[in-house]
Amino acid sequence: MSTQHGVLVLAESTDGALAPISAELVAAGRQIAQALGTPLLAALVGQGVRPAAEALAALGSDLAIVADDASLANYQPEATLATLEAIVREHEPDVILTGHTAAIRELAIRLAFRLGTAIVTDCTALRIDGESLIATKPVYGGAAVAEISIDTTPRMATLRPRAFEPGEPAGAASEIQGMAVPGGVAPLVTLVESVTEVATAGPKLKDAKVVVSGGRGLGGPENWHVVEELANELGAAVGATRAVTDAGWVPPSHQVGLTGTTITPDLYVTVAVSGAVQHIAGCSGSRNIVAINKDPDANIFKHARFGVVGDYKQVVAGLTQRIKELRG
Amino acid sequence: MHIIVTVKQVPDPDIPPNHFKIDVAANRVVPPSGVAPVMNGYDANALEAALRLKEKHGGTVTVLTIGSAEARDTLKRAIAMGADKAVLVDEPALRDGDSVTTATALARAVEKIGEYDLVLSGRQASDTDAGQVPLGLGELLGVPVVSPVISIEPSGSGLRVHRMTEDGYDVLDVPLPAVISVSSEIGEPRYPPLRGIMAAGRAQIPVWSAADLGFDVASSQPRTTRRRLYVEERDAKVELIQADSLTEAGAALADRLRDAKLI
Repeated sequence: MSTQHGVLVLAESTDGALAPISAELVAAGRQIAQALGTPLLAALVGQGVRPAAEALAALGSDLAIVADDASLANYQPEATLATLEAIVREHEPDVILTGHTAAIRELAIRLAFRLGTAIVTDCTALRIDGESLIATKPVYGGAAVAEISIDTTPRMATLRPRAFEPGEPAGAASEIQGMAVPGGVAPLVTLVESVTEVATAGPKLKDAKVVVSGGRGLGGPENWHVVEELANELGAAVGATRAVTDAGWVPPSHQVGLTGTTITPDLYVTVAVSGAVQHIAGCSGSRNIVAINKDPDANIFKHARFGVVGDYKQVVAGLTQRIKELRG
Repeated sequence: MHIIVTVKQVPDPDIPPNHFKIDVAANRVVPPSGVAPVMNGYDANALEAALRLKEKHGGTVTVLTIGSAEARDTLKRAIAMGADKAVLVDEPALRDGDSVTTATALARAVEKIGEYDLVLSGRQASDTDAGQVPLGLGELLGVPVVSPVISIEPSGSGLRVHRMTEDGYDVLDVPLPAVISVSSEIGEPRYPPLRGIMAAGRAQIPVWSAADLGFDVASSQPRTTRRRLYVEERDAKVELIQADSLTEAGAALADRLRDAKLI
Protein backbone atom coordinates (compact mmCIF):
# COMPACT_ATOMS: atom_id res chain seq x y z
CA MET A 1 0.00 0.00 0.00
CA SER A 2 1.31 3.43 -0.91
CA THR A 3 1.55 5.41 2.27
CA GLN A 4 1.98 9.06 1.39
CA HIS A 5 -1.53 10.12 0.38
CA GLY A 6 -3.46 9.53 3.54
CA VAL A 7 -6.86 8.63 4.85
CA LEU A 8 -9.81 10.77 3.72
CA VAL A 9 -13.01 10.89 5.75
CA LEU A 10 -16.12 12.43 4.20
CA ALA A 11 -17.99 14.15 7.02
CA GLU A 12 -21.65 15.21 7.09
CA SER A 13 -23.70 18.14 8.32
CA THR A 14 -27.33 18.37 9.42
CA ASP A 15 -29.13 21.72 9.33
CA GLY A 16 -25.81 23.53 9.17
CA ALA A 17 -24.23 21.74 12.16
CA LEU A 18 -21.60 19.00 12.03
CA ALA A 19 -23.42 15.63 12.16
CA PRO A 20 -22.44 13.15 14.93
CA ILE A 21 -21.17 10.58 12.39
CA SER A 22 -18.36 13.02 11.56
CA ALA A 23 -16.62 12.60 14.93
CA GLU A 24 -16.95 8.80 14.56
CA LEU A 25 -15.37 9.00 11.10
CA VAL A 26 -12.51 11.22 12.31
CA ALA A 27 -11.78 8.83 15.20
CA ALA A 28 -11.83 5.74 12.97
CA GLY A 29 -9.83 7.52 10.28
CA ARG A 30 -7.24 8.71 12.80
CA GLN A 31 -6.60 5.13 13.96
CA ILE A 32 -6.12 3.91 10.41
CA ALA A 33 -3.93 6.90 9.50
CA GLN A 34 -1.73 6.33 12.56
CA ALA A 35 -1.39 2.62 11.78
CA LEU A 36 -0.37 3.44 8.23
CA GLY A 37 1.74 6.47 9.17
CA THR A 38 -0.17 8.71 6.78
CA PRO A 39 -1.99 12.04 7.07
CA LEU A 40 -5.66 12.29 7.97
CA LEU A 41 -7.81 14.43 5.68
CA ALA A 42 -11.41 15.39 6.46
CA ALA A 43 -13.81 16.82 3.89
CA LEU A 44 -17.27 18.37 4.06
CA VAL A 45 -19.42 19.13 1.03
CA GLY A 46 -22.69 21.07 0.89
CA GLN A 47 -24.31 24.48 1.06
CA GLY A 48 -23.85 26.72 4.12
CA VAL A 49 -21.47 24.20 5.69
CA ARG A 50 -18.66 26.60 6.60
CA PRO A 51 -19.48 26.66 10.36
CA ALA A 52 -19.73 22.87 10.36
CA ALA A 53 -16.38 22.71 8.53
CA GLU A 54 -14.83 24.76 11.34
CA ALA A 55 -16.22 22.27 13.86
CA LEU A 56 -14.76 19.49 11.73
CA ALA A 57 -11.36 21.19 11.61
CA ALA A 58 -11.48 21.55 15.40
CA LEU A 59 -11.66 17.75 15.75
CA GLY A 60 -8.05 17.71 14.55
CA SER A 61 -6.89 16.35 11.22
CA ASP A 62 -3.96 17.26 9.00
CA LEU A 63 -6.23 19.10 6.59
CA ALA A 64 -9.92 19.97 6.39
CA ILE A 65 -11.34 20.38 2.89
CA VAL A 66 -14.62 22.25 2.42
CA ALA A 67 -16.75 22.68 -0.69
CA ASP A 68 -19.46 25.19 0.28
CA ASP A 69 -21.58 26.10 -2.72
CA ALA A 70 -25.17 27.14 -3.44
CA SER A 71 -25.31 24.53 -6.22
CA LEU A 72 -25.08 21.81 -3.52
CA ALA A 73 -28.22 22.96 -1.66
CA ASN A 74 -30.78 20.25 -0.85
CA TYR A 75 -30.59 16.92 -2.68
CA GLN A 76 -28.03 17.29 -5.49
CA PRO A 77 -26.52 13.83 -5.92
CA GLU A 78 -24.76 14.46 -9.24
CA ALA A 79 -23.04 17.72 -8.24
CA THR A 80 -22.17 16.31 -4.81
CA LEU A 81 -20.71 13.15 -6.33
CA ALA A 82 -18.70 15.16 -8.87
CA THR A 83 -17.30 17.28 -6.03
CA LEU A 84 -16.35 14.22 -3.95
CA GLU A 85 -14.68 12.72 -7.03
CA ALA A 86 -12.74 15.96 -7.62
CA ILE A 87 -11.49 15.93 -4.01
CA VAL A 88 -10.35 12.32 -4.37
CA ARG A 89 -8.63 12.97 -7.73
CA GLU A 90 -6.75 15.93 -6.23
CA HIS A 91 -5.64 14.34 -2.97
CA GLU A 92 -5.37 10.66 -4.09
CA PRO A 93 -6.09 9.12 -0.69
CA ASP A 94 -5.31 5.46 -0.03
CA VAL A 95 -8.35 5.03 2.20
CA ILE A 96 -11.78 6.74 2.01
CA LEU A 97 -14.31 6.44 4.85
CA THR A 98 -17.90 7.68 4.89
CA GLY A 99 -20.95 7.09 7.05
CA HIS A 100 -23.42 4.36 6.11
CA THR A 101 -26.16 6.97 6.12
CA ALA A 102 -29.03 7.97 3.87
CA ALA A 103 -27.14 11.17 3.07
CA ILE A 104 -23.98 9.66 1.58
CA ARG A 105 -24.05 5.84 1.38
CA GLU A 106 -25.34 5.67 -2.20
CA LEU A 107 -22.89 8.35 -3.33
CA ALA A 108 -19.98 6.49 -1.72
CA ILE A 109 -20.88 3.31 -3.61
CA ARG A 110 -21.22 5.21 -6.90
CA LEU A 111 -17.88 6.91 -6.20
CA ALA A 112 -16.24 3.49 -5.77
CA PHE A 113 -17.57 2.42 -9.17
CA ARG A 114 -16.27 5.64 -10.75
CA LEU A 115 -12.86 5.07 -9.20
CA GLY A 116 -12.88 1.39 -10.22
CA THR A 117 -12.22 0.31 -6.67
CA ALA A 118 -13.88 -1.82 -4.00
CA ILE A 119 -16.00 -0.61 -1.11
CA VAL A 120 -17.28 -2.52 1.91
CA THR A 121 -20.56 -1.12 3.24
CA ASP A 122 -22.09 -0.91 6.72
CA CYS A 123 -18.86 -1.75 8.57
CA THR A 124 -18.77 -2.16 12.35
CA ALA A 125 -14.97 -2.33 12.76
CA LEU A 126 -11.80 -1.62 10.78
CA ARG A 127 -8.24 -2.73 11.29
CA ILE A 128 -4.91 -2.74 9.53
CA ASP A 129 -3.30 -6.15 9.13
CA GLY A 130 0.16 -5.76 7.63
CA GLU A 131 -0.50 -3.99 4.35
CA SER A 132 -4.21 -4.78 4.27
CA LEU A 133 -7.28 -2.91 5.46
CA ILE A 134 -9.74 -5.40 6.93
CA ALA A 135 -13.37 -4.34 7.32
CA THR A 136 -15.77 -6.16 9.65
CA LYS A 137 -19.32 -6.26 8.40
CA PRO A 138 -22.52 -8.04 9.47
CA VAL A 139 -23.92 -10.24 6.67
CA TYR A 140 -26.87 -12.63 6.28
CA GLY A 141 -29.11 -10.10 7.99
CA GLY A 142 -26.80 -10.02 11.00
CA ALA A 143 -26.75 -13.81 11.47
CA ALA A 144 -23.04 -13.81 10.66
CA VAL A 145 -20.09 -11.44 10.56
CA ALA A 146 -17.59 -11.23 7.69
CA GLU A 147 -14.07 -9.85 7.72
CA ILE A 148 -13.27 -8.57 4.26
CA SER A 149 -9.96 -7.25 2.98
CA ILE A 150 -10.18 -4.51 0.39
CA ASP A 151 -7.58 -5.24 -2.26
CA THR A 152 -7.76 -2.25 -4.62
CA THR A 153 -7.00 1.42 -3.93
CA PRO A 154 -8.37 3.66 -2.78
CA ARG A 155 -9.76 1.28 -0.15
CA MET A 156 -13.28 2.41 0.66
CA ALA A 157 -15.67 1.64 3.50
CA THR A 158 -18.95 3.03 4.84
CA LEU A 159 -19.22 2.93 8.64
CA ARG A 160 -22.40 2.01 10.50
CA PRO A 161 -23.53 5.01 12.58
CA ARG A 162 -22.82 4.63 16.30
CA ALA A 163 -20.67 1.51 15.77
CA PHE A 164 -17.47 3.54 16.28
CA GLU A 165 -16.67 5.67 19.31
CA PRO A 166 -16.65 9.38 18.43
CA GLY A 167 -13.22 10.94 18.87
CA GLU A 168 -12.36 13.80 21.15
CA PRO A 169 -10.58 16.72 19.49
CA ALA A 170 -6.87 15.87 19.17
CA GLY A 171 -4.17 18.44 18.53
CA ALA A 172 -4.64 21.86 17.01
CA ALA A 173 -7.47 22.72 14.65
CA SER A 174 -6.48 21.90 11.11
CA GLU A 175 -6.12 24.30 8.22
CA ILE A 176 -9.27 24.63 6.09
CA GLN A 177 -8.83 24.44 2.34
CA GLY A 178 -11.64 25.49 0.00
CA MET A 179 -12.63 23.28 -2.89
CA ALA A 180 -14.56 24.41 -5.97
CA VAL A 181 -17.56 22.49 -7.26
CA PRO A 182 -16.83 21.17 -10.77
CA GLY A 183 -18.88 23.04 -13.40
CA GLY A 184 -21.09 21.57 -16.08
CA VAL A 185 -22.58 18.74 -14.03
CA ALA A 186 -26.22 18.31 -15.07
CA PRO A 187 -28.66 17.29 -12.34
CA LEU A 188 -30.36 14.04 -13.39
CA VAL A 189 -33.10 13.97 -10.76
CA THR A 190 -35.14 16.87 -9.38
CA LEU A 191 -36.13 17.28 -5.74
CA VAL A 192 -39.82 18.22 -5.53
CA GLU A 193 -40.07 18.32 -1.73
CA SER A 194 -38.70 16.77 1.46
CA VAL A 195 -41.30 15.22 3.75
CA THR A 196 -40.61 14.71 7.47
CA GLU A 197 -42.57 11.88 9.05
CA VAL A 198 -41.07 11.45 12.49
CA ALA A 199 -43.01 12.91 15.39
CA THR A 200 -41.20 16.09 16.33
CA ALA A 201 -42.39 16.04 19.95
CA GLY A 202 -40.49 13.02 21.34
CA PRO A 203 -36.76 12.36 21.17
CA LYS A 204 -35.26 11.27 17.84
CA LEU A 205 -34.87 7.50 17.56
CA LYS A 206 -31.17 7.54 16.71
CA ASP A 207 -30.16 9.83 19.58
CA ALA A 208 -32.59 8.56 22.24
CA LYS A 209 -31.33 7.29 25.61
CA VAL A 210 -34.49 5.20 26.01
CA VAL A 211 -36.37 3.49 23.17
CA VAL A 212 -39.58 1.44 23.27
CA SER A 213 -40.33 -0.74 20.22
CA GLY A 214 -43.32 -2.83 19.24
CA GLY A 215 -43.43 -5.90 17.02
CA ARG A 216 -45.97 -7.82 15.00
CA GLY A 217 -46.92 -9.74 18.15
CA LEU A 218 -49.01 -6.73 19.17
CA GLY A 219 -51.64 -8.16 16.85
CA GLY A 220 -52.68 -5.04 14.99
CA PRO A 221 -52.36 -1.25 14.70
CA GLU A 222 -55.27 -0.84 17.12
CA ASN A 223 -52.92 -2.02 19.89
CA TRP A 224 -50.06 0.35 19.02
CA HIS A 225 -51.16 2.80 21.72
CA VAL A 226 -49.74 0.34 24.30
CA VAL A 227 -46.23 1.04 22.96
CA GLU A 228 -46.81 4.79 22.74
CA GLU A 229 -48.20 5.07 26.26
CA LEU A 230 -45.21 3.20 27.70
CA ALA A 231 -42.81 5.34 25.64
CA ASN A 232 -44.59 8.46 26.83
CA GLU A 233 -44.19 7.47 30.50
CA LEU A 234 -40.49 6.75 29.95
CA GLY A 235 -39.83 9.83 27.79
CA ALA A 236 -38.66 7.34 25.19
CA ALA A 237 -38.48 7.39 21.39
CA VAL A 238 -40.81 4.96 19.61
CA GLY A 239 -39.35 2.24 17.39
CA ALA A 240 -40.81 -0.65 15.43
CA THR A 241 -39.80 -3.86 13.72
CA ARG A 242 -39.71 -4.12 9.95
CA ALA A 243 -42.87 -6.27 10.00
CA VAL A 244 -44.69 -3.38 11.65
CA THR A 245 -43.43 -0.66 9.28
CA ASP A 246 -44.01 -2.90 6.23
CA ALA A 247 -47.59 -3.41 7.42
CA GLY A 248 -47.97 0.36 7.61
CA TRP A 249 -48.88 0.60 11.31
CA VAL A 250 -46.27 3.37 11.69
CA PRO A 251 -44.10 5.24 9.11
CA PRO A 252 -40.89 3.56 7.85
CA SER A 253 -38.72 6.09 9.70
CA HIS A 254 -39.58 4.27 12.95
CA GLN A 255 -37.92 1.05 11.81
CA VAL A 256 -35.12 -0.24 14.05
CA GLY A 257 -32.89 -2.78 12.32
CA LEU A 258 -30.57 -3.61 9.50
CA THR A 259 -32.43 -1.48 6.96
CA GLY A 260 -33.80 0.98 9.50
CA THR A 261 -32.16 3.02 12.23
CA THR A 262 -29.29 1.65 14.33
CA ILE A 263 -29.94 2.57 17.94
CA THR A 264 -27.61 2.54 20.96
CA PRO A 265 -29.79 3.59 23.90
CA ASP A 266 -29.09 2.91 27.58
CA LEU A 267 -32.47 1.16 27.82
CA TYR A 268 -34.31 -0.61 25.01
CA VAL A 269 -37.73 -2.03 25.87
CA THR A 270 -39.21 -4.42 23.29
CA VAL A 271 -42.90 -5.29 23.33
CA ALA A 272 -44.01 -8.40 21.40
CA VAL A 273 -40.79 -8.30 19.36
CA SER A 274 -39.48 -11.76 18.39
CA GLY A 275 -35.92 -10.58 17.78
CA ALA A 276 -35.24 -11.55 14.17
CA VAL A 277 -31.53 -11.25 13.36
CA GLN A 278 -32.29 -8.30 11.07
CA HIS A 279 -33.83 -6.45 14.03
CA ILE A 280 -31.01 -7.38 16.41
CA ALA A 281 -28.56 -5.97 13.84
CA GLY A 282 -29.97 -2.52 14.57
CA CYS A 283 -30.26 -2.71 18.36
CA SER A 284 -27.40 -4.93 19.57
CA GLY A 285 -25.52 -1.81 20.68
CA SER A 286 -28.19 -1.11 23.31
CA ARG A 287 -26.74 -1.21 26.84
CA ASN A 288 -29.79 -2.92 28.38
CA ILE A 289 -32.49 -4.74 26.44
CA VAL A 290 -35.82 -5.63 28.05
CA ALA A 291 -37.92 -8.33 26.38
CA ILE A 292 -41.66 -8.75 26.86
CA ASN A 293 -42.90 -11.68 24.79
CA LYS A 294 -45.25 -14.60 25.30
CA ASP A 295 -42.87 -17.06 23.55
CA PRO A 296 -40.12 -18.13 26.00
CA ASP A 297 -38.04 -19.35 23.03
CA ALA A 298 -38.18 -16.00 21.20
CA ASN A 299 -34.72 -14.98 20.03
CA ILE A 300 -35.03 -11.59 21.77
CA PHE A 301 -34.51 -13.29 25.17
CA LYS A 302 -31.01 -14.33 24.04
CA HIS A 303 -30.10 -10.65 23.80
CA ALA A 304 -32.06 -9.28 26.74
CA ARG A 305 -30.84 -8.43 30.26
CA PHE A 306 -34.36 -8.46 31.72
CA GLY A 307 -37.40 -10.30 30.46
CA VAL A 308 -40.99 -11.17 31.22
CA VAL A 309 -42.63 -14.13 29.50
CA GLY A 310 -46.32 -13.53 29.01
CA ASP A 311 -49.08 -11.67 27.22
CA TYR A 312 -47.83 -8.13 26.59
CA LYS A 313 -51.17 -6.48 27.35
CA GLN A 314 -51.11 -7.43 31.03
CA VAL A 315 -47.35 -7.06 31.46
CA VAL A 316 -47.16 -3.61 29.88
CA ALA A 317 -50.27 -2.46 31.77
CA GLY A 318 -48.50 -3.32 35.03
CA LEU A 319 -45.21 -1.85 33.86
CA THR A 320 -46.68 1.45 32.64
CA GLN A 321 -48.81 1.88 35.77
CA ARG A 322 -45.88 1.22 38.12
CA ILE A 323 -43.61 3.64 36.21
CA LYS A 324 -46.32 6.27 36.57
CA GLU A 325 -46.38 5.64 40.34
CA LEU A 326 -42.58 5.70 40.64
CA ARG A 327 -42.37 8.96 38.73
CA GLY A 328 -45.40 10.53 40.38
CA MET B 1 -43.01 0.87 -20.10
CA HIS B 2 -40.39 -1.85 -20.55
CA ILE B 3 -39.09 -2.88 -17.15
CA ILE B 4 -36.19 -5.20 -16.33
CA VAL B 5 -36.12 -6.56 -12.78
CA THR B 6 -32.81 -7.92 -11.48
CA VAL B 7 -33.24 -10.67 -8.90
CA LYS B 8 -30.91 -12.84 -6.83
CA GLN B 9 -31.54 -16.27 -5.40
CA VAL B 10 -30.43 -16.43 -1.76
CA PRO B 11 -30.52 -18.87 1.16
CA ASP B 12 -33.87 -18.60 2.94
CA PRO B 13 -33.24 -15.80 5.49
CA ASP B 14 -36.13 -16.91 7.70
CA ILE B 15 -34.63 -20.18 8.92
CA PRO B 16 -34.29 -20.43 12.71
CA PRO B 17 -30.94 -19.05 13.95
CA ASN B 18 -29.84 -22.50 15.21
CA HIS B 19 -30.11 -23.87 11.64
CA PHE B 20 -27.63 -21.28 10.42
CA LYS B 21 -24.27 -23.04 10.00
CA ILE B 22 -20.92 -21.90 8.68
CA ASP B 23 -18.15 -23.96 7.11
CA VAL B 24 -15.34 -22.15 8.92
CA ALA B 25 -12.53 -23.61 6.79
CA ALA B 26 -14.21 -22.49 3.57
CA ASN B 27 -15.58 -19.19 4.99
CA ARG B 28 -18.97 -20.08 3.56
CA VAL B 29 -22.50 -20.65 4.78
CA VAL B 30 -23.61 -24.29 4.68
CA PRO B 31 -26.92 -24.45 2.79
CA PRO B 32 -29.50 -25.74 5.31
CA SER B 33 -30.68 -29.18 4.25
CA GLY B 34 -34.30 -29.43 3.19
CA VAL B 35 -34.74 -25.64 2.91
CA ALA B 36 -34.94 -24.39 -0.68
CA PRO B 37 -33.28 -21.09 -1.58
CA VAL B 38 -35.66 -18.20 -2.26
CA MET B 39 -35.93 -15.00 -4.28
CA ASN B 40 -34.22 -12.21 -2.33
CA GLY B 41 -36.98 -10.43 -0.40
CA TYR B 42 -36.29 -6.89 -1.63
CA ASP B 43 -36.06 -8.21 -5.22
CA ALA B 44 -39.54 -9.72 -4.77
CA ASN B 45 -40.69 -6.24 -3.68
CA ALA B 46 -39.07 -4.83 -6.86
CA LEU B 47 -40.90 -7.39 -8.99
CA GLU B 48 -44.17 -6.52 -7.27
CA ALA B 49 -43.56 -2.82 -8.01
CA ALA B 50 -42.85 -3.68 -11.67
CA LEU B 51 -46.03 -5.76 -11.98
CA ARG B 52 -48.15 -2.96 -10.48
CA LEU B 53 -46.66 -0.43 -12.94
CA LYS B 54 -47.37 -2.81 -15.83
CA GLU B 55 -50.95 -3.44 -14.68
CA LYS B 56 -51.73 0.26 -14.40
CA HIS B 57 -49.75 1.64 -17.31
CA GLY B 58 -48.97 -1.26 -19.68
CA GLY B 59 -45.62 -2.55 -20.85
CA THR B 60 -43.48 -5.63 -20.23
CA VAL B 61 -41.58 -7.08 -17.29
CA THR B 62 -38.40 -9.08 -17.89
CA VAL B 63 -36.63 -10.76 -14.98
CA LEU B 64 -32.85 -11.16 -15.02
CA THR B 65 -30.60 -13.16 -12.71
CA ILE B 66 -27.06 -14.47 -12.43
CA GLY B 67 -26.87 -17.94 -10.93
CA SER B 68 -26.69 -21.66 -11.38
CA ALA B 69 -29.37 -23.89 -12.93
CA GLU B 70 -31.05 -23.87 -9.49
CA ALA B 71 -31.80 -20.15 -9.94
CA ARG B 72 -34.27 -21.19 -12.64
CA ASP B 73 -36.72 -21.85 -9.76
CA THR B 74 -36.58 -18.19 -8.76
CA LEU B 75 -37.15 -17.09 -12.37
CA LYS B 76 -40.11 -19.48 -12.69
CA ARG B 77 -41.59 -18.00 -9.55
CA ALA B 78 -41.19 -14.53 -11.08
CA ILE B 79 -43.05 -15.66 -14.21
CA ALA B 80 -45.72 -17.26 -12.04
CA MET B 81 -46.16 -13.91 -10.28
CA GLY B 82 -46.70 -12.23 -13.65
CA ALA B 83 -43.38 -11.46 -15.35
CA ASP B 84 -43.45 -11.82 -19.14
CA LYS B 85 -39.93 -13.13 -19.72
CA ALA B 86 -36.89 -14.29 -17.79
CA VAL B 87 -33.18 -14.57 -18.57
CA LEU B 88 -30.62 -16.66 -16.68
CA VAL B 89 -26.93 -15.75 -16.86
CA ASP B 90 -25.23 -19.00 -15.88
CA GLU B 91 -21.47 -18.69 -15.68
CA PRO B 92 -19.59 -20.40 -12.83
CA ALA B 93 -17.03 -17.62 -12.57
CA LEU B 94 -19.77 -15.04 -12.06
CA ARG B 95 -21.67 -16.83 -9.28
CA ASP B 96 -19.56 -15.48 -6.44
CA GLY B 97 -18.45 -12.34 -8.17
CA ASP B 98 -17.82 -9.14 -6.24
CA SER B 99 -20.18 -6.19 -6.67
CA VAL B 100 -18.23 -4.70 -9.59
CA THR B 101 -18.15 -8.01 -11.49
CA THR B 102 -21.85 -8.65 -10.86
CA ALA B 103 -22.92 -5.14 -11.84
CA THR B 104 -20.77 -5.27 -14.98
CA ALA B 105 -22.24 -8.60 -16.09
CA LEU B 106 -25.77 -7.34 -15.36
CA ALA B 107 -25.11 -4.16 -17.35
CA ARG B 108 -24.03 -6.25 -20.34
CA ALA B 109 -27.11 -8.43 -19.97
CA VAL B 110 -29.41 -5.38 -19.78
CA GLU B 111 -27.82 -4.06 -22.98
CA LYS B 112 -28.29 -7.46 -24.64
CA ILE B 113 -31.98 -7.56 -23.63
CA GLY B 114 -32.11 -4.25 -25.49
CA GLU B 115 -34.87 -1.70 -25.16
CA TYR B 116 -35.71 -0.76 -21.56
CA ASP B 117 -37.17 2.21 -19.72
CA LEU B 118 -36.57 1.14 -16.15
CA VAL B 119 -34.39 -1.32 -14.24
CA LEU B 120 -35.82 -2.23 -10.84
CA SER B 121 -34.02 -4.13 -8.11
CA GLY B 122 -34.09 -4.67 -4.36
CA ARG B 123 -32.05 -2.32 -2.16
CA GLN B 124 -29.76 -5.14 -1.00
CA ALA B 125 -29.46 -8.92 -1.00
CA SER B 126 -30.16 -10.73 2.26
CA ASP B 127 -26.91 -12.74 2.06
CA THR B 128 -24.22 -10.10 1.40
CA ASP B 129 -26.23 -7.08 2.65
CA ALA B 130 -23.94 -4.91 0.52
CA GLY B 131 -26.49 -2.88 -1.48
CA GLN B 132 -23.97 -2.01 -4.18
CA VAL B 133 -25.09 -3.70 -7.41
CA PRO B 134 -28.06 -1.45 -8.37
CA LEU B 135 -25.97 1.69 -7.81
CA GLY B 136 -23.10 0.26 -9.84
CA LEU B 137 -25.53 -0.77 -12.54
CA GLY B 138 -26.79 2.82 -12.80
CA GLU B 139 -23.21 4.10 -13.05
CA LEU B 140 -22.25 1.52 -15.70
CA LEU B 141 -25.38 2.14 -17.78
CA GLY B 142 -24.89 5.91 -17.41
CA VAL B 143 -28.46 6.55 -16.23
CA PRO B 144 -29.94 8.09 -13.06
CA VAL B 145 -30.02 5.74 -10.07
CA VAL B 146 -32.10 6.23 -6.92
CA SER B 147 -32.19 4.12 -3.74
CA PRO B 148 -33.93 3.18 -1.43
CA VAL B 149 -37.31 3.92 -2.97
CA ILE B 150 -40.70 3.28 -1.32
CA SER B 151 -43.12 4.64 -3.96
CA ILE B 152 -43.05 4.88 -7.78
CA GLU B 153 -45.63 6.56 -10.03
CA PRO B 154 -45.36 7.64 -13.68
CA SER B 155 -45.20 11.45 -14.00
CA GLY B 156 -44.98 13.16 -17.39
CA SER B 157 -42.36 11.30 -19.41
CA GLY B 158 -40.58 10.04 -16.28
CA LEU B 159 -41.29 8.85 -12.76
CA ARG B 160 -42.11 10.50 -9.46
CA VAL B 161 -40.54 8.47 -6.64
CA HIS B 162 -40.24 8.65 -2.85
CA ARG B 163 -36.72 8.04 -1.59
CA MET B 164 -36.34 7.19 2.11
CA THR B 165 -34.38 9.64 4.22
CA GLU B 166 -33.44 9.52 7.88
CA ASP B 167 -36.68 11.11 9.08
CA GLY B 168 -39.11 10.71 6.18
CA TYR B 169 -38.73 10.78 2.42
CA ASP B 170 -37.76 12.99 -0.52
CA VAL B 171 -40.11 13.33 -3.47
CA LEU B 172 -37.99 13.15 -6.65
CA ASP B 173 -38.71 13.44 -10.36
CA VAL B 174 -36.58 10.93 -12.27
CA PRO B 175 -36.24 10.90 -16.07
CA LEU B 176 -36.15 7.58 -17.93
CA PRO B 177 -34.32 5.37 -18.52
CA ALA B 178 -33.27 4.91 -14.90
CA VAL B 179 -32.25 2.32 -12.31
CA ILE B 180 -34.33 2.31 -9.13
CA SER B 181 -33.80 0.03 -6.16
CA VAL B 182 -36.66 -0.41 -3.76
CA SER B 183 -37.23 -1.09 -0.08
CA SER B 184 -39.88 -3.40 1.32
CA GLU B 185 -42.29 -0.55 2.14
CA ILE B 186 -43.13 -0.31 -1.58
CA GLY B 187 -45.46 -3.28 -1.24
CA GLU B 188 -45.80 -6.92 -0.26
CA PRO B 189 -45.10 -9.34 -3.13
CA ARG B 190 -48.16 -11.23 -4.38
CA TYR B 191 -48.61 -14.97 -4.29
CA PRO B 192 -48.48 -16.53 -7.76
CA PRO B 193 -51.98 -17.23 -9.13
CA LEU B 194 -52.73 -20.70 -10.53
CA ARG B 195 -52.66 -19.54 -14.17
CA GLY B 196 -49.27 -17.95 -13.46
CA ILE B 197 -47.92 -21.21 -12.10
CA MET B 198 -49.10 -22.95 -15.28
CA ALA B 199 -47.47 -20.26 -17.45
CA ALA B 200 -44.22 -20.71 -15.51
CA GLY B 201 -44.31 -24.45 -16.23
CA ARG B 202 -44.41 -23.76 -19.96
CA ALA B 203 -41.92 -20.88 -19.98
CA GLN B 204 -38.72 -21.14 -21.99
CA ILE B 205 -35.88 -19.42 -20.16
CA PRO B 206 -32.85 -18.50 -22.26
CA VAL B 207 -29.47 -19.16 -20.64
CA TRP B 208 -26.59 -16.82 -21.43
CA SER B 209 -22.91 -17.40 -20.71
CA ALA B 210 -20.31 -14.71 -20.06
CA ALA B 211 -19.19 -15.17 -23.68
CA ASP B 212 -22.76 -14.45 -24.83
CA LEU B 213 -22.47 -11.13 -22.97
CA GLY B 214 -19.03 -10.38 -24.40
CA PHE B 215 -17.75 -10.45 -20.82
CA ASP B 216 -14.16 -11.58 -20.34
CA VAL B 217 -14.25 -13.39 -17.01
CA ALA B 218 -10.47 -13.65 -16.83
CA SER B 219 -10.12 -9.85 -16.94
CA SER B 220 -12.22 -9.38 -13.82
CA GLN B 221 -9.98 -9.84 -10.79
CA PRO B 222 -11.73 -9.92 -7.40
CA ARG B 223 -11.33 -6.61 -5.57
CA THR B 224 -12.13 -7.94 -2.11
CA THR B 225 -11.30 -11.13 -0.20
CA ARG B 226 -13.45 -12.64 2.52
CA ARG B 227 -10.88 -13.45 5.19
CA ARG B 228 -13.26 -14.83 7.78
CA LEU B 229 -16.95 -15.60 8.29
CA TYR B 230 -18.27 -16.38 11.75
CA VAL B 231 -21.25 -16.26 14.08
CA GLU B 232 -20.88 -13.92 17.04
CA GLU B 233 -21.33 -15.85 20.26
CA ARG B 234 -23.90 -14.53 22.72
CA ASP B 235 -23.74 -15.13 26.43
CA ALA B 236 -27.42 -15.58 27.16
CA LYS B 237 -28.12 -14.57 30.74
CA VAL B 238 -31.51 -12.98 30.77
CA GLU B 239 -33.01 -12.28 34.18
CA LEU B 240 -36.63 -13.42 33.90
CA ILE B 241 -39.02 -11.59 36.20
CA GLN B 242 -41.97 -13.55 37.56
CA ALA B 243 -44.85 -12.78 39.87
CA ASP B 244 -48.30 -14.10 40.80
CA SER B 245 -49.87 -12.38 37.81
CA LEU B 246 -48.51 -10.89 34.60
CA THR B 247 -49.65 -7.42 35.65
CA GLU B 248 -47.64 -7.78 38.86
CA ALA B 249 -44.68 -9.08 36.82
CA GLY B 250 -44.90 -5.87 34.80
CA ALA B 251 -44.83 -3.82 38.01
CA ALA B 252 -41.93 -5.91 39.34
CA LEU B 253 -40.06 -5.23 36.10
CA ALA B 254 -40.50 -1.49 36.68
CA ASP B 255 -39.09 -1.89 40.22
CA ARG B 256 -36.15 -3.92 38.90
CA LEU B 257 -35.38 -1.26 36.27
CA ARG B 258 -35.54 1.36 39.02
CA ASP B 259 -33.12 -0.67 41.19
CA ALA B 260 -30.76 -0.91 38.23
CA LYS B 261 -31.04 2.90 37.85
CA LEU B 262 -32.32 2.51 34.30
CA ILE B 263 -35.49 4.55 34.89
